[in-house]
Amino acid sequence: MKKNKSLIAFLSLMLAVTLLLSACAPAAPAAPAADAKPVRIAVVMPSATTDMAFSQSMYSALLAVQKDMGGPTKLEIKYSENMFKVPDAAAALRDYATQGFDIVIAHGSQYGSSVEEIAKDFPKTTFAWGTDVNTFGQPNIYAYTAAAEEGGFVNGVLAAKLTKSKQIGVTGPVEVGDAKTYIDGFVQGVTSVDATIKVNKTWTGSFSDVALMTEAAKTHISAGADILTGSSQSVVGSIGAAKDNGKVLWFGTQADQASLAPALVVASQVYDWTAMIKEIIASRATGTLGGKVYTLQLKNDGLKISYNSAFTLPADVKAAGDKAIADIKSGAVKVNP
Amino acid sequence: MTQVFTQAVFIGILTSAIRLATPYLFAAVGESFAQTSGVVNLGVDGIMLVGAFAAFYITLITGNLWLAVLAAALVGLLMGLLMSFISVTLKAEQGISGIGLYMFGLGLSSLLFKVLVGSVQTVAGFDTIKIPVLGDIPVIGEIFFQNSLPVYAAFLLVPLAWWFLDKTTWGLKIKSVGQNPAAADSLGVNVDQVRYFCVCLGAVLAGLAGASLSIALVNLFQENLTAGMGFIAVALVYFGGWKPSGILVGALLFSTVNAIQLWMQVLGVKIPSDLAIMLPYLLTIAALVAVTNRIRQPAALNKPFERGEN
Amino acid sequence: MPPESNSAVSKSQNRFAIDWNNLLFQAAMPVLAMLSAFLIGAVVLLLLKVNPLTAYAAIFADVFGSVSGFTQSLVKATPLLLVGLGICIAFRASVINIGAEGQIILGAIGATSWALIFRDWPAWLLLPTTLLASFLAGAVWGFIPGILKARFRVNEILSTVMLNAIAVQLMNMLIRGPLIDQAGVTAGTYLAQSERLPEAAWLPRLLTQSQLNIGSIIAVVLAFLVYLFLWRTTIGFRIRAVGLNPDASRYAGINVAFYQALSLTLAGGLAGLAGAVEVLGIHHRLLDGITSGYGFSGIVAALFGGLHPLGLIPAAWLFGSLLVGADKMQRAVQVPSALIDMLLGLVVLFVVGSSYLSKRWSIQRAIKTAKVEVEAKG
Repeated sequence: MKKNKSLIAFLSLMLAVTLLLSACAPAAPAAPAADAKPVRIAVVMPSATTDMAFSQSMYSALLAVQKDMGGPTKLEIKYSENMFKVPDAAAALRDYATQGFDIVIAHGSQYGSSVEEIAKDFPKTTFAWGTDVNTFGQPNIYAYTAAAEEGGFVNGVLAAKLTKSKQIGVTGPVEVGDAKTYIDGFVQGVTSVDATIKVNKTWTGSFSDVALMTEAAKTHISAGADILTGSSQSVVGSIGAAKDNGKVLWFGTQADQASLAPALVVASQVYDWTAMIKEIIASRATGTLGGKVYTLQLKNDGLKISYNSAFTLPADVKAAGDKAIADIKSGAVKVNP
Repeated sequence: MTQVFTQAVFIGILTSAIRLATPYLFAAVGESFAQTSGVVNLGVDGIMLVGAFAAFYITLITGNLWLAVLAAALVGLLMGLLMSFISVTLKAEQGISGIGLYMFGLGLSSLLFKVLVGSVQTVAGFDTIKIPVLGDIPVIGEIFFQNSLPVYAAFLLVPLAWWFLDKTTWGLKIKSVGQNPAAADSLGVNVDQVRYFCVCLGAVLAGLAGASLSIALVNLFQENLTAGMGFIAVALVYFGGWKPSGILVGALLFSTVNAIQLWMQVLGVKIPSDLAIMLPYLLTIAALVAVTNRIRQPAALNKPFERGEN
Repeated sequence: MPPESNSAVSKSQNRFAIDWNNLLFQAAMPVLAMLSAFLIGAVVLLLLKVNPLTAYAAIFADVFGSVSGFTQSLVKATPLLLVGLGICIAFRASVINIGAEGQIILGAIGATSWALIFRDWPAWLLLPTTLLASFLAGAVWGFIPGILKARFRVNEILSTVMLNAIAVQLMNMLIRGPLIDQAGVTAGTYLAQSERLPEAAWLPRLLTQSQLNIGSIIAVVLAFLVYLFLWRTTIGFRIRAVGLNPDASRYAGINVAFYQALSLTLAGGLAGLAGAVEVLGIHHRLLDGITSGYGFSGIVAALFGGLHPLGLIPAAWLFGSLLVGADKMQRAVQVPSALIDMLLGLVVLFVVGSSYLSKRWSIQRAIKTAKVEVEAKG
C-alpha cells in the first residue's frame, strides 16, 4: 500500500503547488479604460513575428499603427504566430471573429479558402487576407498583395551598377509566390542595366532550411558572385555567408535586413502595411467593411526601398536607383511579375 | 564559361560537401553510440536545436566560443539524461520518447530564443584555420585543411569513435549490451549504466552538432534552425551500418550530392530545381540498394531491457 | 479523496474492488503524467508573467465548453486517427513508419490530380474514386520502403525519412508546375496552391460554421475495420505474429518480409487517406504545408491509444483536443507558440514514461494482493 500512499501524497502535493502557483500568479492586467472602446485587430501569421521577413513586416506595421493611434487603449492587437498549419489558422480566425474582433487579418496566401468560408458567418467583421487579389465577391473581405517585382527591379538596377565581377547570385526557397516575383523583377532590373551580367539562381526547396541556404550562398560566392539577394525567412543564412566573406554585398526584401550585416546590406525592399491598415480602420469607421484589393506598390508607398545608412552608396548608383523608383512610379518602366 | 566542370568547381563541390557533412557527422556518430547500446533516439533534432541555441546565446553574451561549446555539450547532456531516464529507467517505447524529446527541444529552443534574444542576429563564430604546410598543398589543402575547428573535430571524431567502439573494453561492453543485454547482465555488465552512458554521449555530440551549425557554419540562430537534419542523421546511422566509417561514407555521399546539385543550379544546368534537391535523398537510398546491406542491426535495438524478463 | 484510499483489508476481501482500483490506477497514471507536464508548463508560464490558471482554463473552456472548439478537436482528430491506424498496423508487424508525412502528401496529390482530371464526373462516382486514388497514392509511398526492406534490407527509418523529403519536393514541383492555380498566374501572384477542386469531390460537411466533415465518420468506420482486419482475419493474424515474434513466425512458414511490406503499404494508404481528408474535406485544394505535421503527431496519437485501433479513437480525439486547446491558450494569453510545442513534448515524454510505471506498479500490487490472499487462506 506504499504506492497508494505515495500516489495520494503526490496528488496532494500537486494540488498544493497548483494553489500556490495561482496564489502568486501576477494579477490580470487592468482592464482598459471603458470610456473609449479600442479598435480590436487580430492577426494570424504563418511564421514567427521575429522572422525578419513576411510575418515580421505585418507585425511591425501593426505595432507602428498602434503607436500612432495612441497605444493599446486605442488599438488592441492580438496575434497567432507560426500558424503554418492551415486548419489551426482557420480555427484561430473563427475564434477571433467570435470574440468580436473588429478586424481579422489572415496573413498568408494559404488561408484563402478559410477566410472565404468564415467571413460569410461574420458579416459584421472585417477580414483582410493576403497575399492574393481575390475578395471572393464578399463585402467584408479585403485582399492585399505586394508587387514584389517592383522593389526587385530597383534592387536589380542597384546591384547591376555595383557588381564588379559581373556575376550575381540569387538564393531562393521555392519558386512560388513573392519569392518568385521578387526574383523575376530583380533579374529584369539587372538586365535593364547590363544584359551581359550573369544572374545565377539557386532554390533550396524549403522556406526554413538555413544551413542549405548558407551553403547555396557560399557556392555563389566561390563561383564568383560579388552580390547576393534572395527571399524567405531562411535567407538570414545567405546574409551570414556574405558577412563571413566580408566583401559580398546583399540586397534584402520583405523586411529591412540591414541590422544583420550593417556593412554589407545595400538596400532592402520593405513591405509597409501601415497605410493599408490605417485605411482599413478608417473605412470601417465609415461603414465600409471590405471589398477592395490593396497592392503594395512603390507608387502608393506600400513598398519602400530602405537604403542602409551605414553603407555608403556611390552617388551615381543611388541616382540610378532613385530613377528606377521614379520610372516605376510614373509607369515609364513596367515590371512583369 | 564554356567548360562547366573546372578545377574551381571541383574544389568548390568538395569544400561545400565537407562543411555540409559536419553537423551530420557529429549527430550521426553520436546516435550510433546510442543505437549500438540498443537505444534508438529519434530526438536528435531536438537536442541539436537546444545545443545550437545554447552555443549561440553564450557566444552572443560572452563572445567566448569555448564556453559556448561547453554550454552546448552541457545542455546536450541534460537532454541525454532526460532521454535515458525515460527510455532506459522507465523503459518507455523508444521511438515515441524520441519524438517527444524532439518536440520538447524544438519548443524549448524556440521559446528561449524568443524570450532571451527576440530577433535574428549573427554572431562571430569559429574562424577558418589554415593548417600549416598541409593547407598549402594545392587542391587538397584548399579542400581539407582550410576549415574551422568544429569541421576538423567532426572528421577526427570518426577514427576516434571507431577506436573507442572496436578497440576498447568499453566498446565491447557497449556492443554486448546492444546485442544481448541479458547475457551482458549475467556477466556483470550494468546494462542500464552502459545505455545511460551511450545515450548521453550521443546527446552531447548532438548538442555539439547544433553548435557546429550556430557558431561555425551559419553563425546565427533561428527557430527550427536544423530543419530536420537530426532525422537525416538518424537515417545515416542505418546507412552506415552502425560503423563510424560507414557513417562517414553516408554523410559524405549525402553532402557531396547536395553540393553538386547546388553547383548545378549555380552553373545553370537545365534541370528542375525540385529534382535537383531530391537528388541527395534519392541517391542515398539508391546507394544502399546497390550495395546490398548485409550488416545486422544490434539485436536488442529498440528493446527496453528488464532483468529477468528476457 | 480518490478511491485508492481504501484500506488494505477491505481490498483483500473483495476481488472486484481490487480490480476496479487497479483499472483506476492505470487510468490515473497518464492523467497524472499529463498533470505533471502541465505543472512544469505552469512554472514556465509564471516566468513569462502569465497566470497559469487563466491559460489552462482557456484550454478547457474551448474544447469542452464551446461548439466550435469541440468540433475543431474532431476535425484535428480525423487525420490523426487515420495516420495512427496506419502506424498501428505497421507497429503490429514491428515496423516503425516515420514516413506518414510523405504518404499524406502523396495522398493529397493523388486526390487533387484525380479530382481535377475527372472533374466532370458526378459526385457519387467522383468522390469515392478520388478517395481510392488517394489511398493508392499513399500506399505506393508505403510500398516503396516496404519492398526496399523486404528485398534489399534497407531499414525503413532510413528510407521513410528520405522519402518524406522527396515527397515535399515532388509536391513543390507539381504545385508550381502542372497543378498551379492558373488564376494565380494571371494575377501575377504565383501562389503555391492548386486550383479549387470541383464541388462534387468535396467531402460533405456535417455542421454549418465548422469544418467537420464526413471524413471523420469514415475514419471511425475504418478504425473498426482495421480492428476486424487485425484480429479477425488470417492476414491480420500473420501481421501480428510477425510483430510478436519474427523468428517463430519464420519457422511457422510465414513470409515475414512480405507481411512487413504489406503492413507498410497499408499504413501508407491510410496516411494517404488522411491527405485526402485534408484536401477534400477542409481546403478543397492542394496547398503548401498540407501535412500539418500529422505524420508525426499521428505516431504520438497511436501511442496514446495503446497501439490499438479502437483505443485510437478516444486517443486521437484527446490528442486533437490538446492541440486545439493549446492553440486556444496561445491566443488567450498571447504566449509564444513555442511554449505549446515544448508543453506537448513534455506531455508525450511523461505519458510514455508513465506507461511503464503503471504497468510495473499494477503487477506489484497484484503480487502483493495474491500474497495477502494466500496468507488469509493459510
